[in-house]
Amino acid sequence: MKFLTTNFVRCAIKSCDGAVNSFPLKYSEIELVQEEQDFQPEFILGILPRLDWPAILKVAADLGNTSLPSQLPEIDINDPSNEILLKDLHTLLIETQLVQGKMICENCNHVYHIKDSIPNFLLPPHLAN
Amino acid sequence: MDQISIETEKDRFENVKDPALKEETYVHTVYNEIASHFSQTRYKPWPIVEKFLNSRKNYSIGLDVGCGNGKYLGVNKNLMILGSDRSDGLIRCAYKNGHRGLLVADGLQLPHHNDRFDFAVSIAVIHHFSTEERRIQAIKHILSKLRPQGEALIYCWALEQENSRRGWKEGMDQDQLVPWVMKSQNEQQTKLRYYHLYKKGELIDNSVSAGGEIVEDGYEKDNWWVIVRKV
Repeated sequence: MKFLTTNFVRCAIKSCDGAVNSFPLKYSEIELVQEEQDFQPEFILGILPRLDWPAILKVAADLGNTSLPSQLPEIDINDPSNEILLKDLHTLLIETQLVQGKMICENCNHVYHIKDSIPNFLLPPHLAN
Repeated sequence: MDQISIETEKDRFENVKDPALKEETYVHTVYNEIASHFSQTRYKPWPIVEKFLNSRKNYSIGLDVGCGNGKYLGVNKNLMILGSDRSDGLIRCAYKNGHRGLLVADGLQLPHHNDRFDFAVSIAVIHHFSTEERRIQAIKHILSKLRPQGEALIYCWALEQENSRRGWKEGMDQDQLVPWVMKSQNEQQTKLRYYHLYKKGELIDNSVSAGGEIVEDGYEKDNWWVIVRKV
């Protein structure tokens, strides 16, 4: 599960639908692996406006990274000084893999698991509707 | 497996009253059992799906609901697509194929925000839900994740496929258990999967019942397909 995915998943339980704290999930006891991936600066730049930046900050903090800018800076792809930031974002969003651990909904406290890099959102029958 | 044993199994299937349990036994379990063999046979993207993905705006964000081994996740590198599947076995195949935006999830309980995604594809998935109510609900659930004007491409197996080796045609039973034959060295095993075979116009009707607007529809290689817009 690449870090980027955490920005697009929340609690699957219906009653958490509108709840503010059902997203992002809280990431706990996470084992991380860095995996080299192709660097596509245009792609990173293109999806940035679609990200929930505060959620990125929160999940990064769950994983022990508090070095991100609190506001998403303006990035000009033609400005070479931005290359470092884009590379950092690539390392975080695309190359950082969550391999094992727990994802917890802070609204209902349901715990989801990540096993061998795959997050599982299937619900037990009593929570399924 | 001969026709008689398929019919015996069909009786057993009809006697299961809970539709979710039917799907558990005749869809989910089977896909987990056949996953790696099934995955080896699924590598060629269908042209309409490819065209749909290649016509999305760059850096759009989308969902592939029932992504199987992930064969559509890499078609257009300028899209961000999350692939989900009910089968852990198939998601493992997608992982082995190099995909990293994956999750195991139920198509009726997707763990995503409502009104956020630009598009979705759901290819050969909705036909595995065992009641019409659940098939409509599944389409509705996909649409709920799209932003207004977002589009979903949905494919379902057709009843009208007289020229296929299965030979189904108009007037036949739309609910079928379809054999999957697995051959290993000297053993042959048959697994039965449940399908609802869509008849002409039915996928459009279901999509409209789900609250969507039809953008385009058609028939391709034994399947009905539709592009539905969220209003």
